[in-house]
Amino acid sequence: MARAASTDDPFKRELVGLIPHLRAFARTLCGDPSAADDLAQDAMMKAWDARESFQMGTNMKAWTFMILRNQFYSEKRRSWRQTQLDQETAERTLVAVDDPSARVALDELRLGLGMLPPEQREALILVGAGGFAYEEAAEICGCAVGTVKSRVSRARRALHSILETGAYDHDGAAAGDAMRAILADAERLSTVR
Amino acid sequence: MIEHQSSDDRRKTSASLDEARLRQQAIGVRLRQMFDEVVNEPVPEEFLDILRKADKRAPEKR
Repeated sequence: MARAASTDDPFKRELVGLIPHLRAFARTLCGDPSAADDLAQDAMMKAWDARESFQMGTNMKAWTFMILRNQFYSEKRRSWRQTQLDQETAERTLVAVDDPSARVALDELRLGLGMLPPEQREALILVGAGGFAYEEAAEICGCAVGTVKSRVSRARRALHSILETGAYDHDGAAAGDAMRAILADAERLSTVR
Repeated sequence: MIEHQSSDDRRKTSASLDEARLRQQAIGVRLRQMFDEVVNEPVPEEFLDILRKADKRAPEKR
């Protein structure tokens, strides 16, 4: 009955602040946005229920990502690939981006990511997009730091060559188009950043 | 002449290295953007509702 409100409040605040990141990570794991939100909600609740075991001041983002990842692999492993490739392409194509090359870049990058082995994909996403250090990513994935490093570098190389050669299953796109689109897009983006 | 050519070659080699780096960077930028796009979406009210309900089950309010 008597749990101190003062310990719970900062937890809740921090957890709420992490929801956007949990959603983004879930989206990269399941592709389909509504399945991803279900996963993110489950993970959020798991984290909430386990709040007693969390030590304030330690890395809550890594902790919640680990919960989400475990949740994903225990429940949804079977179906993610299909969902990602079909649903998401359709979905993304509907979200009309004003710049057609940007849309191509996004589609192809997602398709390219979908072709990577799952452990390489998640390592690349955690480190390359989620902003985690190799050490944190290793903790989240439950593997050695060196393993994460090599997964990330293999993922980078593989993704580059997939995009370069247009080796994804996608009708109509000529080899090299995706890479050109990504380059064009990155130029625009890097001026923003 | 020869000096000129070799420095030209060198320029070409470093240009292709730059190119490869640029490509990796471009993928990295794109990857972050793809992720940030979702991060920047407004959080669906559902998330906060669920948390609010869970919080009510706990003895204290916020």
